Amino acid sequence: MIVDYHKCLHCGGCVGSCPQNAIYLNDYILEFNDDCNNCGRCIKLCPVAALSRGE
Amino acid sequence: MVTRYDCDIVIVGAGPAGSMAAKFCAQGGLNTILLEKKAEIGAPLRCAEGVSKKWLEEVGITPDPKWICADMKGAIIRSPSGYKFQLDESRAGSEVGYVLERHLFDKALAADAAEAGAKIMMRTGITGVIRDEAGKLVGVKGNSLGEPVEIYAKCVVAADGYESQVARWAGMKDTVPKMSDICTCIQYRMVNLDIEHEYCDFIIGGDAPGGYIWIFPKGETVANVGIGIMGTKCKHGADPKYYLDKYIAKTPGLAQGEIVEVVGGFVSTCPGLDETIADNLVLVGDAARVIDPITGGGICHACRTGMYAGKVLVECAKTGDFSKAALKPYEKMWRDRMEDKLFRNFMAKERLAELDDETIDELIKLIQDSDIGEVNVYNLLKVIKDRFPKVVEGFEDLI
Repeated sequence: MIVDYHKCLHCGGCVGSCPQNAIYLNDYILEFNDDCNNCGRCIKLCPVAALSRGE
Repeated sequence: MVTRYDCDIVIVGAGPAGSMAAKFCAQGGLNTILLEKKAEIGAPLRCAEGVSKKWLEEVGITPDPKWICADMKGAIIRSPSGYKFQLDESRAGSEVGYVLERHLFDKALAADAAEAGAKIMMRTGITGVIRDEAGKLVGVKGNSLGEPVEIYAKCVVAADGYESQVARWAGMKDTVPKMSDICTCIQYRMVNLDIEHEYCDFIIGGDAPGGYIWIFPKGETVANVGIGIMGTKCKHGADPKYYLDKYIAKTPGLAQGEIVEVVGGFVSTCPGLDETIADNLVLVGDAARVIDPITGGGICHACRTGMYAGKVLVECAKTGDFSKAALKPYEKMWRDRMEDKLFRNFMAKERLAELDDETIDELIKLIQDSDIGEVNVYNLLKVIKDRFPKVVEGFEDLI
């Protein structure tokens, strides 16, 4: 996942919504671990479209 | 070098649920450590700050003007075509009350916990749980002000909010809501508004698919203006921002306002998790998913579950047994108090989210014309049940 930190509000919504528990909000940085399977749930839910696939 | 701490109870998250749990644990003489990942308790804001008044007494909180920002006279519910249903305090019952200063409210609760004897560790983010050789949960690990820490405890309280990871790290299943039970939100603190500043305003229907827009006044010309959208209704990318900006632009009184703060946040809208305890683990507040599925309000539920958890943990400490079986009274206490209402409002949410704007207009008109006495979700559903039985099909017995 690519995070646009100019948009991210650090709300942690993606963290709690991730079915893989693959995201960690470390202060102001979102860390994705290898469990991320690119399901796209976080992209769909992010209130400000801060997340995208690395394409 | 990892710094080790030992205590009776470690609580992850110093929101209302965590601080309440910490207070009751410490009051009961337990060695309690309360952890907060952020640099400030209660900030940045992730909340609309509206609460009702009734429950404060139930959890032993005395209203304090220091954290009450505004005292509401009532609430207004607006339908898509502008039908308006106004509730005044005498009839608004339990659904309206104060608009809080969460950054002060949360700190006041943490201060209560500290006064009771709890130790608070700021900027302490948890990254996993600790198990002993036998696989028993014995604590949490993470970083405190940049230094690695391990905190050993007889029981862990997961008060880590919507983000909730502790329960999952501890192996609990099904703690992540499904898409229809997620509400994604954005909120602006707006100034230079022309609003009905003594009323909380709720806008339902197509302006906020599967959720609602709120205007919670924080002064004559200042308000929290926010929106929640149901996960399954998200289609555009940044849907909350898309719909909120659209609504503000077309609404006189808001359009000329300026934004001075932007916050995001999610709420779950399920009726609570099926299980909120495990061996040596208790889930409270948003982490237990105990949020009103209709209003998205969670502070009162958080405070209640925090209080119940604290009381039960003090009992458990007497025998030293913090097994799932020993923690059962916690599960029973919160379910007895809240589960019926959570389930009823969950069912109502499921139905209301599927109504078209015309039907919502009709519903608001119907409520406008009805004499329903004290207005709360229960009485509103009773009126709806008579005229639109389909809306309440499947949970009539709870109304």
